[in-house]
Amino acid sequence: MKALSLNILDITQNSLRAGADEICISISESVAADSYCIKIKDNGSGIPVDILKSITDPFVTTRTTRNIGMGLPLFKYHTELTGGKLQINSVEGKGTEVTANLSFSHFDRQPLGDIVGVLIILIAANPAVDFIYTHVTDHGEYTFSTRETKEYLGVNTLYERGLLEDLAGMIAVNLMEIEVTGVVYKEIV
Amino acid sequence: MSKISSLADLRKKREELQTGMDIRTRALNPENIVQVKVAMATCGIASGSKTIMEFFLEQLDRRNIEGVVTQTGCMGYCYAEPTIEVKLPGQDPVVFGFVDLKRADQIIEKYIKTGELVDGIIPVNYQTIDLKE
Repeated sequence: MKALSLNILDITQNSLRAGADEICISISESVAADSYCIKIKDNGSGIPVDILKSITDPFVTTRTTRNIGMGLPLFKYHTELTGGKLQINSVEGKGTEVTANLSFSHFDRQPLGDIVGVLIILIAANPAVDFIYTHVTDHGEYTFSTRETKEYLGVNTLYERGLLEDLAGMIAVNLMEIEVTGVVYKEIV
Repeated sequence: MSKISSLADLRKKREELQTGMDIRTRALNPENIVQVKVAMATCGIASGSKTIMEFFLEQLDRRNIEGVVTQTGCMGYCYAEPTIEVKLPGQDPVVFGFVDLKRADQIIEKYIKTGELVDGIIPVNYQTIDLKE
């Protein structure tokens, strides 16, 4: 994983497997406060208390196709490399919240990468799930919600020819506006 | 064309395009169209499955193939990531491993368009992923 957006994509898979239908991804970065905080919150099935204690152990997983799980351990590793801390709060039946507090200026903090592409993949592959993405910087705040977008456009799904590309363009323009750092933008026509 | 920067711009563009626009009904009958599932677990993501998924999302439309691209968890072939499962209408699904952009292109041009098999198939006593869970 070479970018934080890939970690976000990975952790979101956990939420999806937990049957969540609303996933909030929020990032708040501040040069002034030297902080970079990533929060992924879902309303999935939650994590049982006995598993929660050892959840960042790669040899703990509930899946059956293989007996290791590297998602959270890797995210924790990338967070702690910057002197940061990863926190997981979960209530069974209610949902899970993963919070990573990284140092903005640390040499080992990965760039965000192609966050727009990650969002588009999540939207295309999970039409029934609502995604809410919030990004806060020193220069402003931007929120993108799939539910709001669907209601506004009067459509049932955003997975439509041309629409995904337009969404990508719209999100990118707004992220540039608030001067999000470390993002790789695809060419916008 | 001016840039789209808000939902209002987006709606305006859609209204302009609305006439004659091909609105898809993918979800209604997925059995009749090509289904591509990209394995998107830690192993897949670390090996580049994001790029592969973007490629299929873009190229199926561009090459006028009725298809739906979605994601799945790890199929247990971590050594062969990125892996994808392709199901042509009325056929058993086939899993391809070590899918890079070149192979993804071959899969579209040969397997999806003509049914001709290409390298990289992972032989399985096939159970669909849904049943396996």
